[in-house]
Amino acid sequence: MQPKPAITPSTLSVKDLPWQIDWDIQTCTLCGRCTAVCPVSAIELAVHRKRVVDATAGLKAKPSNVHTVYYGIRQRTDPAYACIDCAMCNMVCPNNSIEPRRQGEATTLRFHNNRGGQARTRGGRRNNPESLLDQIKFIRISMLTDPALDAGRHEFELRTLLGRIQPPEEGLKAFHDEAWVPPVREIYPLVIGSMSFGALSPNMWEGLQMGVAYLNEEMGMPVRMCTGEGGCPPRLLRSRFLKYVILQIASGYFGWDEIIHAIPEMKEDPCAVEIKYGQGAKPGDGGLLMWYKVNKLIAAIRGVPPGVSLPSPPTHQTKYSIEEAVAKMIQSMSMAWGFRVPVYPKISGTTTAMAVLNNLVRNPYAAGLAIDGEDGGTGAAYNVSMNHMGHPIASNLRDCYLTLAEQGRQNEIPLMAGGGIGKNGNLAHNAAALIMLGASVIQSGKYIMQATAGCLGSEVDRCNICNIGQCPKGITSQDPRLYRRLDPEQVAERLVDVYLSFDTELKKIFAPLGRSTSLPIGMSDALGINNSDVAERLKIRYVV
Amino acid sequence: MCRLFAMTSAEPLSPMRAIHALNVMKEGHDGSGVGLYLSGLSGPFAENPDYPVLSGIFTEQGLARLDAIMSGLGFLTKYSLAVTPRHKPPVGTPLRGTYLARVYQPPAGWAGLSAEEREVQLVSTRVAIREEGQKTGDMMVFSFWPDVVMIKEVGDPIEIADYLGLDRPELAARRILAQGRQNTNYAINLYACHPFFIQGIATMTNGENTAFVPIREYLQSRRIPGYMGYQSDSEVFTHIMHFSHYKLKLPLVAYKHVITPLSEAELAEHPDRALLTRIKTVCRKMIIDGPNCVIGCLPDGTMFLVQDRKKLRPGVVGGRPGVFAFSSEICGLNAAIPDRDPSRDFQPMYLDTAYVRPDCREVTLCSQNQQLPPQH
Repeated sequence: MQPKPAITPSTLSVKDLPWQIDWDIQTCTLCGRCTAVCPVSAIELAVHRKRVVDATAGLKAKPSNVHTVYYGIRQRTDPAYACIDCAMCNMVCPNNSIEPRRQGEATTLRFHNNRGGQARTRGGRRNNPESLLDQIKFIRISMLTDPALDAGRHEFELRTLLGRIQPPEEGLKAFHDEAWVPPVREIYPLVIGSMSFGALSPNMWEGLQMGVAYLNEEMGMPVRMCTGEGGCPPRLLRSRFLKYVILQIASGYFGWDEIIHAIPEMKEDPCAVEIKYGQGAKPGDGGLLMWYKVNKLIAAIRGVPPGVSLPSPPTHQTKYSIEEAVAKMIQSMSMAWGFRVPVYPKISGTTTAMAVLNNLVRNPYAAGLAIDGEDGGTGAAYNVSMNHMGHPIASNLRDCYLTLAEQGRQNEIPLMAGGGIGKNGNLAHNAAALIMLGASVIQSGKYIMQATAGCLGSEVDRCNICNIGQCPKGITSQDPRLYRRLDPEQVAERLVDVYLSFDTELKKIFAPLGRSTSLPIGMSDALGINNSDVAERLKIRYVV
Repeated sequence: MCRLFAMTSAEPLSPMRAIHALNVMKEGHDGSGVGLYLSGLSGPFAENPDYPVLSGIFTEQGLARLDAIMSGLGFLTKYSLAVTPRHKPPVGTPLRGTYLARVYQPPAGWAGLSAEEREVQLVSTRVAIREEGQKTGDMMVFSFWPDVVMIKEVGDPIEIADYLGLDRPELAARRILAQGRQNTNYAINLYACHPFFIQGIATMTNGENTAFVPIREYLQSRRIPGYMGYQSDSEVFTHIMHFSHYKLKLPLVAYKHVITPLSEAELAEHPDRALLTRIKTVCRKMIIDGPNCVIGCLPDGTMFLVQDRKKLRPGVVGGRPGVFAFSSEICGLNAAIPDRDPSRDFQPMYLDTAYVRPDCREVTLCSQNQQLPPQH
């Protein structure tokens, strides 16, 4: 409680906050590092009044009160300064004297984070630790008649195709006729999902790019990374590393002036172009880069004035209908690179995904469809969008795959699935389950941030301040004082660690299933779940 | 794990040669099924080599229905080999009725059809009879094709051969595929017995296909008549060969590039890199997985053997000019062709396609690293 408190409707006690600061007066050195590092100023140095009873030995002198002060930490209870549990205070404390403690039952803050009529915005994702994907088991284990393979020694072809794949008859005819064939890239099935330069700090972006280059050139793993909507640094556009990059265009067209002008000077074609129509974290809503993060560098790359918020419209404003948007944009983008680059749309998980898919099937230039489920992450969105909008990825993907299979087109339009993959740390498991449900490519952003740069976000509303540029790890900040905390070399090293271990785990899943010659896309007979409704919905086995 | 044995010979041989070879490999099959494909037939079957032969099993009622269907379509019976065992079947073998191989003269209206159109008609006629038979269980049809007889039954190969009298001279054939089945994951079903047949192509497989479900979904979605059944996960190998042969018009040695394509590094060095990369891309859904040795026979009488990408199953080819055999084990080869030079036996490895042309003069080997024959 503050001294001389004014009790207003939004006056909260420490008890009302989901995270409370435990501070140990006995070990605190009063160095002040914790208060300096706190990204939301949830704690401050404070002078506390204290009363000591001075009782002398003997009966004549009566005990008296002595009022004195001590110095320490005070947790602020103003909703705008509520602790976010990043625990940076603990990370910098020399004596472990301070740490946030979760108080699960506190809910009051939720009713007061809209002051000034501003609905809550944040980064992160849905704040729901439940994961259907985690419940899926791989049940078709090779035994005796088809012995399990050796994940450590056998050859595994862990590659997938990104691009429109013609039916075999058509594809071979085109080869013999020397006709144009749609561009197809053979890539690693785990793609780093779209996180823009701007949403991420320069150090984070550079670290990821360096890691991707190392994986490709030293480890022989064709890993690709999508830029997100924020343009691409000019030197990268003109470098040979562009071939590892999927350029994203979205409704704000940020950075595309620079990209288009760089085309004549490009040494390599980009891996692909992703047209973002929707994002799992905020379906039907546009991207958002808040003004805190639009510094001179970001403004230059994006082609906008600095210091203004950059909301992308919910839809591509120059387009009238989905048919027109998809057909024209795919064709225009394909044409820009002489029809040598796969172009595909990315949409939010939605019941209308099938309509988009059917449209793409009829478009010979469409190179795939990326679907981002409701558990996808973002750097900035309204809390309500993140928590309640969108479609779970599993059934959305499965429906799309089965629709394609019914039409005999499952080899033609690769489906890319994202949104909450590995949200509880089970990246390889979740990816393998989605592949067996029908995905050709898996996209992951949040896990990559958590694993390569130590992003503190969790599924219980921890940290989640990517939007205001105060990322305590320097991952999503544009403030050099913050992002210098992040060493790009170390991010690159961690990225390589993540991919190598993912690769091993994927083999450890596929080897017992007897699969190694090709990625087991659609191998639904290997999947089981102990929920009969889910099993029936996904057309996999019900096992108990 | 099943056992496979195939023979190709310049002169007709009794199918008992193959049955005996299966018998010496008995440790590898459990008597849950035996299947025979006979081609290059002699005797009465060779009298009208262009007339299709219908092979299957029929109850008494089924025979009557067959007659009604075939005469309704305008087919005339030219020769019939019907075996209706009256004695007790071996333990585990059900009493089914008549095992039939019947030569039909096609309807008069077929005279004006091209060879391709006649083939399509033959496939759709077989499929129609099979579907009709599945409704009531009184007809089972395995093949309907000129110069092809197929026999399938549940039981031990030797006992079944004795039961059905497979040593009869009418069944002597130049090309024989035989399988002794080890039933694994699936219910015992006659349609699950190898070899599988479609439009002149027959294959049989040893081992399980772990990529079965996505491949089956893909083949079924091709909407090609005859891509049905799939009581065995090995039936897809036959249909992939059919697709590769008829729809993609690829040569035999390209089959291996469809089912187990080379890695990117291997392709980088290959003289046919562009074509093979294209095949790998567009035929990706037909890539097989799991331990598989596939032995088969093409419409022109070429017999072949290929292995999976890791060569996880046994398979050997050997013989002498005039007669060659493909066998799961060398002991089978020894039993069938003892008077050969065993030092010339060859066990195809993960990149090889081994085949013997119908003239039976030599075994030809082709590695996936070799250049493909010129495309037409």
